[in-house]
Amino acid sequence: MTTLTLAKAINEGLRRAMEDDPKVLIMGEDVGKLGGVFRVTDGLQKDFGELRVIDTPLAESGIVGTAIGLALRGYRPVCEIQFDGFVFPAADQIITQLAKMPLRSLGALKLPVVVRIPCGGGIGAVEHHSESPEAYFTHTAGLRVVACSNPADAYVMIQQAIRCDDPVIFFEPKRRYWEKAEVDTSPEAAAGWPDLHTARVVRPGGDVTVLAYGPMVRTCLEAATAAEEDGRSVEVIDLRSLNPLDTALVTDSVRRTGRCVIVHEAPVYSGFGAELAARITESCFYHLEAPVLRVGGFSTPYPPSKLEEHYLPDLDRVLDAVDRCFAY
Amino acid sequence: MTIDASRGVQAPPELVQLLTPEGERVEHPDYDIDLTPEEIRGLYRDLVLVRRIDLEAVALQRQGELGIWASLLGQEAAQIGSGRALTDADMAFPTYREHGVAWCRDVDPVKLLGLFRGVNHGGWDPVEHNFHLYTIVIGSQTLHAVGYAMGIQRDGAEAAAIVYFGDGATSQGDVNESFIWASVFNAPVVFFCQNNQWAISEPLEKQSRIPLYRRASGFGFPGIRVDGNDVFACLAVTRQALRNAREGNGPTLIEAYTYRMGAHTTSDDPTRYRVADELEAWKLKDPIERLKAYLFKNQLADQAYFEAIDAEADALGRDVRKRCLEMPDPDPLAIFDHVYAHRHPLMEEEREQFAAYLASFEGSEGR
Repeated sequence: MTTLTLAKAINEGLRRAMEDDPKVLIMGEDVGKLGGVFRVTDGLQKDFGELRVIDTPLAESGIVGTAIGLALRGYRPVCEIQFDGFVFPAADQIITQLAKMPLRSLGALKLPVVVRIPCGGGIGAVEHHSESPEAYFTHTAGLRVVACSNPADAYVMIQQAIRCDDPVIFFEPKRRYWEKAEVDTSPEAAAGWPDLHTARVVRPGGDVTVLAYGPMVRTCLEAATAAEEDGRSVEVIDLRSLNPLDTALVTDSVRRTGRCVIVHEAPVYSGFGAELAARITESCFYHLEAPVLRVGGFSTPYPPSKLEEHYLPDLDRVLDAVDRCFAY
Repeated sequence: MTIDASRGVQAPPELVQLLTPEGERVEHPDYDIDLTPEEIRGLYRDLVLVRRIDLEAVALQRQGELGIWASLLGQEAAQIGSGRALTDADMAFPTYREHGVAWCRDVDPVKLLGLFRGVNHGGWDPVEHNFHLYTIVIGSQTLHAVGYAMGIQRDGAEAAAIVYFGDGATSQGDVNESFIWASVFNAPVVFFCQNNQWAISEPLEKQSRIPLYRRASGFGFPGIRVDGNDVFACLAVTRQALRNAREGNGPTLIEAYTYRMGAHTTSDDPTRYRVADELEAWKLKDPIERLKAYLFKNQLADQAYFEAIDAEADALGRDVRKRCLEMPDPDPLAIFDHVYAHRHPLMEEEREQFAAYLASFEGSEGR
């Protein structure tokens, strides 16, 4: 066991993936000497060279578009999008090409490209640096979308995403980059890794199911601890994978508890929680004691940082939703 | 205030030409080509056959057998000349109009029709032919070609990538980004721009104030304008550019100056935006007629040869038509195939539900 920050855990995962497979490349803005603005790729160019860790020109469509070309030549590029709000120039390449080219080729082509996106708010940043754009990508067939929430998962999931032959959008909770935890980096541990697309019960409970992913998992765990003091037993599930979704784990839990609260930073309206709520309602209808409730950002653009504490779901907003669940 | 960009001062552009519209062989100080009579006849055959495939496809669309077709009429020399410059190891990235390049890469013409008939989005194996799938979003493939070329660099391979795009595409961000990437990474790629003068209804002056080949200098690599209706010049210039790329001398932009003799696609009506005189003027520069005149004048082919090629073209047209009509409609459940390389629970779930839904109609009328 090693104590690692989440950023360092991804760094170690990338390093391991590059050691395991010479075709793995890293590309993005400032990923080389600087090691990325969050230092996630720190030291990798020094150890693997400029041909494998590529400081690219400053254009996101170019990063993803050339990564596609490298993948067509047999490489496995890992693209870093510097901030969530900067993924949109690359959205065309991701949505019209990366997601659809394997189908276009009737399966002749595979595109093992990972697009890493630091996401979410809470770091006091300027506009375009705090967004949660996951729903744009979960809505795009052909992509796999995952979100890590802690160092141990981050270390494993980045390696699994790189090994996947499908394109993977990999969300990293930027405000959790500096949080530390124990990570088992021993080669033997790989045998016990869960599948990339499984969810996990991170805190068992019997009264209400709270679904979260990425930065909100920790917030929900804190809410569950507080709820316990009120005598409520909250089950927290870390979804980990948004597409595909581990439907079985989610529905099993909600059928047991009869109540469900969904928490994400992204705006509630047409957010990923809408898909979850609809699916749960369809599959758990006779078990539900209350409507499925959603907690998230407001249906506004992300506010200036002096207001973000009001915008972002926090422990109290989660508890408020839990309370409302019991009003039925 | 004026918004007439043509008021800017321009130097006259240079055009590499080795065969005049009248079929006269001319010299160029930087480019030359030495072809055997057999090779020249082969180029003529290519030009005639791809024009025939194109004609058949237009007819098939008019008869309702294709949803749409993007004709290459007038651009045969640009495509055959550049396509025949490629080695087997080179990789080509086409738009949706590169039927002539597909021919050079041994892609069965019927496989091109699948996309336009609506049975698939691209039915050939790009790896088998080193000819990528048609890309419909304008200019996206330029970045794929540059990325692929960066892969060639890393492999240390003796190969280059070539990417096709049109005059309209040069306004796209992706095309400009691909120029930057190719330049700073010195990627072994050739940018082959067929300037056919029209982006659907918009003439070149809506895309550029300067001749397109001159854009290259701003990005730091050479740009060359070639007579796109001269198969010799297209072959010579592309060969040289590919050789430069393979030898580590970086990218080249080739502007093949040509003309879209037909509509943008079969859904388009060019009579709404361009004058007939322009078409008539370009007819005199026809790529096939000038090569035919050259072959005839130099006694490299006789009437019997031309008739044999025409007969071969007709037979090819009939064969393409027959096999197009025989193309089966896809199975409804094929919607879920190949979306992902690995198994995906949502695909399985929806496929099962849809299969059950379809099965519920079995035995009833109207399905």
